[in-house]
Amino acid sequence: MDTQLDLWEVFIQSKIGAHHVHAGSVHASDAQMALQNARDTYTRRNEGSSIWVVPSKFVVASTTNDAEMFFEPANDKIYRHPTFYVMPEGAKQI
Amino acid sequence: MTNQSDLFKYLLHLGDNALIHSYRLSELCSRGPFLEEDLALTNIALDQIGRASSFLKYAGEIEGKGRTEDDLAYKRGERQFYNHLITELPNGDFAYTIAKQLILSTYDVLLFTELSNSKDETIAGISSKVLKEVRYHFVHARDWCYRLGLGTELSHTKLQNAINEIWMFTGELFESDETYNDLYSKGIAVNTNSLKAKWLENITEVLTKSEINIPNVDYMQSGGKQGIHTEYLGHLLTEMQYLQRAYPNAKW
Repeated sequence: MDTQLDLWEVFIQSKIGAHHVHAGSVHASDAQMALQNARDTYTRRNEGSSIWVVPSKFVVASTTNDAEMFFEPANDKIYRHPTFYVMPEGAKQI
Repeated sequence: MTNQSDLFKYLLHLGDNALIHSYRLSELCSRGPFLEEDLALTNIALDQIGRASSFLKYAGEIEGKGRTEDDLAYKRGERQFYNHLITELPNGDFAYTIAKQLILSTYDVLLFTELSNSKDETIAGISSKVLKEVRYHFVHARDWCYRLGLGTELSHTKLQNAINEIWMFTGELFESDETYNDLYSKGIAVNTNSLKAKWLENITEVLTKSEINIPNVDYMQSGGKQGIHTEYLGHLLTEMQYLQRAYPNAKW
């Protein structure tokens, strides 16, 4: 018998305006418990200003089998990186 | 002029409540029902250690005899501790621990809301910081009460039994103490008798929603504020103070 509570994925925003970044996962029986457990597990050292929790079962993941078809076609397409432009004088970024 | 020895004793009372409560919670380290809850309870224990440290440090300053917060924590006997009896009760099962958390955190939110306006700036400062912590402690305990109360028949029974057993230790929280009349009237300390109605209202709301009954208890335990304790405190102190007693002034 599985005695573990449901698994939730935790995303932490380190400061206002930053992206929420995947931090890990927690077990919890409901959304509030997941938020609180995420707070207690991942923000004890001042890491966060906001937390998202998402039930792990709703995460759709690509498979290893698909890796070749998904990712390798991008290997030889370096022109997709914006590295062929000449930076205008004085511009810090384009 | 405030009587410094009354203020000293009041600060010990505030510090001891946090210290003893914290010690009980830290006994659960590595024994929580699951990893995340283990962290949650020990986080609460750490908050309380910080609170104890702040109040006992200030108590040492007020006393003016050079005693540090560590001296006060580890070198007093049980009759010199002024914590509420409820904080020294053993953890029992998880429902029992949560019932204690609910009772104490509901009380703490009201107390530190008031104390953050204390006329004593140091007490007000510590209390403003503590208030943020205890609001979380309350939410943590409240949500667990909902889960246990509305969970299975077994979890409901365990929570109801815990509330029944602990209820006689709630009277002491609201006893006014003549020793502090002067501190009350100067707005330095809070006469917690004035918090009782609101506390009962808040805790009734949570327990009713959890389908838990408030027991009828005629006899209320008392004595902690005067240094008269249950048998549990002495045992707790022998363990907590062992190192400083066996190796006085040991440092590492």
